[in-house]
Amino acid sequence: MSNTSKNFLQSSIGKKLVMGLTGLFLISFLVVHCFLNAFIFFNDGGLMFNVGAMFMAKNPLIRAMEYVLFIGLIWHMVQALILTIENNKARPINYAYHNGSANSKWYSRSMGILGTLLLLFLIVHLAHFWVKSRFTGLPGEDANGNENLYAVMQQVFAIWWVVVIYVTGCISLAYHLLHGFPSAFQTMGWNHPKYNPLILKVGTAFSIIVPLIFALMPIAMFAGWVK
Amino acid sequence: MSSGNMKITLKVWRQRNAKTNGQLATYQLNDISPDMSFLEMFDVLNEQLIVKGEDPVAFDHDCREGICGACSMFINGRPHGPKNKVTTCQLHMRSFKDGDTIVVEPWRAAAFPVIKDLTVDRSAFDRIIAKGGYISVNTGNAQDANSLPIPKVDADKAFEAAACIGCGACVATCKNSSAMLFVSAKISQLALLPQGQVERVARAKNMVAQMDAEGFGNCTNTGACEVECPKGISLENIARMNREFYVANLKD
Ligand code: SF4
Ligand code: FES
Repeated sequence: MSNTSKNFLQSSIGKKLVMGLTGLFLISFLVVHCFLNAFIFFNDGGLMFNVGAMFMAKNPLIRAMEYVLFIGLIWHMVQALILTIENNKARPINYAYHNGSANSKWYSRSMGILGTLLLLFLIVHLAHFWVKSRFTGLPGEDANGNENLYAVMQQVFAIWWVVVIYVTGCISLAYHLLHGFPSAFQTMGWNHPKYNPLILKVGTAFSIIVPLIFALMPIAMFAGWVK
Repeated sequence: MSSGNMKITLKVWRQRNAKTNGQLATYQLNDISPDMSFLEMFDVLNEQLIVKGEDPVAFDHDCREGICGACSMFINGRPHGPKNKVTTCQLHMRSFKDGDTIVVEPWRAAAFPVIKDLTVDRSAFDRIIAKGGYISVNTGNAQDANSLPIPKVDADKAFEAAACIGCGACVATCKNSSAMLFVSAKISQLALLPQGQVERVARAKNMVAQMDAEGFGNCTNTGACEVECPKGISLENIARMNREFYVANLKD
């Protein structure tokens, strides 16, 4: 047999591995982000939270990782866009009637839409916090003399429709993860009757818990549970 | 033909040839027996069309017992109709209700162009097989069965994968028109057995390359194929194909 395989990253399996690995990388970012932000629940006027935020903003390794993060995110999005365009081309004439719900989950079939919602949310989110913290500056310092990112959170989450946007973002994230988490393992070839239930359980728990903690942040601030 | 008591409204995709556009045409059938297979119901329709001097509906079929994979109708939004683990020829009219409207379309994928009406060209599958879905052995006398011990688990898994009949339902139902379930079944069946080892690396690379070249879409793990496969081919095979492909690319 002659060997006619083309470039690995251009093959259908290579492309899906890129989706899976960048996805898992973004998941690892979510863990860190969620953990540090949960410092607001110390309910100490944001003192602990600002310590964490300062560390993230000043540590050179974290600063370097920010570039990697953006590369990972953009790679995930561009690959998804390419896949979507190719997959649409693979069925030029659609079915008059396609009963997708008979054999798959709606969120598994809607990863592109969920991802687009997440991107829209991300633009709003970056404008709210990242742009201020990196470029336009934060409003003063807290009692410890740390930059007061917490104060920005309080400002942003005082508006009800902003809270609605954030909660919608978290719901999109939950469904995106519900498919993406176990899907990444299948893509890597980790499909074994012994471990599948574990992957599914951990994936489902992660997809619910992390977005829930995130969603509780704007809700808690708006409701005045943390001050 | 047994006389029956079901009234069925059919909406069938009619398309003269690959170059023309098609559309759904509506047909009324009375006296359909619940014991007819779905294909027999189409035979009745075609007899009526022929008597009227109209063009009968072209559809693929051969064995009519679920082993050849030829029958390929997309029925009410699902390949092979509403029941799991059956082909269209194994589907009976008792799975529908009297007075039902049934929409029947061909498999839809760029890689499966319509030839006429419900018949599509699935030779893309043949070209994928030709790239490595075989083993090269010189024939001679059959070996003694016990000269090549194979673990029972592997033999069973290979057998399950080998049950794929190449019907294309996986492609038809996949929102991405991906052929990965089919290709993974063919790769798995040989990767699991000692006879398949010689060409193992090249097989994974070449069959995947041909699958991509045929214009099938990219798998996004929705799992629809596994549910609709009449032979119960499992997603485990796609994971195995991924592993085969990664290892093949690392090796060479
Ligand atoms: S994997 Fe299943 S659905 Fe796909 S071609 Fe084989 S038998 Fe048909
Ligand atoms: S006609 Fe052979 S499987 Fe249906």
